[in-house]
Amino acid sequence: MADTEKLLTIPLDSLHRSLGARMVPFAGYAMPVQYPEGILTEHLHTRAQAGLFDVSHMGQAEIVGEGAAAALERVTPADVQGLKPGRQRYGLLTTESGGIFDDFMVANLGDRLFLVANASRKAEDFALIAAALPAGVTLKPLPDRALLALQGPGAVAALAPLAPALTALSFMGVAAAEIAGIPVLASRSGYTGEDGWEISCPAEQAEALARALLAQPEVAPAGLGARDSLRLEAGLCLYGNDIDETTSPIEAALTWTIGKRRRMEWDFPGAERVREELANGPKRLRVGLRPEGRQPARGHTPIHAPGGGQIGEITSGGFGPSLNGPMAMGYVAREHATDGTALELMVRGKPLPARICPMPFIPHRYAR
Amino acid sequence: MSDMRFTKDHEWVRADGDAATVGITDHAQNALGDVVFVDLPEVGREVAAGEAIAVVESVKAASDVYAPIAGRIVEVNAALSEDPGLINREPTGEGWFFKIEPKDPAEIAALLDDAAYAAFVESLA
Repeated sequence: MADTEKLLTIPLDSLHRSLGARMVPFAGYAMPVQYPEGILTEHLHTRAQAGLFDVSHMGQAEIVGEGAAAALERVTPADVQGLKPGRQRYGLLTTESGGIFDDFMVANLGDRLFLVANASRKAEDFALIAAALPAGVTLKPLPDRALLALQGPGAVAALAPLAPALTALSFMGVAAAEIAGIPVLASRSGYTGEDGWEISCPAEQAEALARALLAQPEVAPAGLGARDSLRLEAGLCLYGNDIDETTSPIEAALTWTIGKRRRMEWDFPGAERVREELANGPKRLRVGLRPEGRQPARGHTPIHAPGGGQIGEITSGGFGPSLNGPMAMGYVAREHATDGTALELMVRGKPLPARICPMPFIPHRYAR
Repeated sequence: MSDMRFTKDHEWVRADGDAATVGITDHAQNALGDVVFVDLPEVGREVAAGEAIAVVESVKAASDVYAPIAGRIVEVNAALSEDPGLINREPTGEGWFFKIEPKDPAEIAALLDDAAYAAFVESLA
């Protein structure tokens, strides 16, 4: 979406601009990619203390009605029926041919399900889900809600004086609460590998919420640039880069998102491919890669066997500020996917030596 | 500063005896963000004006750096491999990229002067 005149604005647009954010088009929205401190500083501050990210472009929705969980399972291999009230889970929407339609978060709020989907896919996701629901179960998009992510080891100290009840949640716990008098729905989760919360609130109260959080001494604003380098260090997938309709959950090393029961019943879209790949192994696998030296290798860089032909491609790559070195993830043929395997990344036509390595690149520090 | 010339690709050039020193402008480093790696040309390489001969990598992205004039690379800034942040901190000083022996020194004078470059940057905003 290059036409800036058609960009949608998020509720905190004017706050971002007043903080000096550089706004860029992303999934049809004008989004803050960085603030004056810069991506490196925002990234390191999030790992050291806490960053506040505005992710209000993401899709929020709820599903209500008797049998909502069973209904959602028609389009995902996740175990939604087994999700306890007050808990959230990461899942995939799958296609009939076993590709990934999107990744999403689902929470059980007791009387309904709460969903968060990618900005670039939300319209398609909600249409796909709505079409799968039986009479009496409805999906209700929540376009009038904002979403903020407070992330980092200092997030707990920042939130404790504002909403002590939320600090009692464990990783992937969800609860309604009030922050500075604002009704919120918060989950102890995020996209950085750090402890933290994703906080949904009415759009018209998002600025007051953001200001209350930014007033805490630990918290600094962080943009989409830092969000991307943090998630890559944490080994987390970006839909459209690392997973898409051509990649299967098995190839993407996201087998863990498929519920145990679902793997006995095989009643989800694409089950045939998933079952075949689980039995015989996928042709390719998503892996982590560490280039030698300091030079990053970006998305779409071809991966070759040493001195040989192409065996894969990088899907996300860059420089890890906390890793203090380059890192990448991508797909390689299964026989090259073992940790420690030496490979070459063809950066601007020149081979850059690299090795397969386990992810995350920076250990997760969730409040389990 | 008046001896400095600029390109529309945001390189600066400063004649310096037989060679000209080349780097990227403050505007360029600010747009790139934190630089983490730079790939410099080999010393001795003959380059054409406008040829992509170096790459600067920030946390965000990789960008080409072009030869502002034709000539031969006579020196590269070895300090950048240890401390690429010099490009952000001192883009027109210690953060220089390479020195080039011009084929035709008149090519330098033909580049943008301070005022013309400032006007060009203004036009991008």
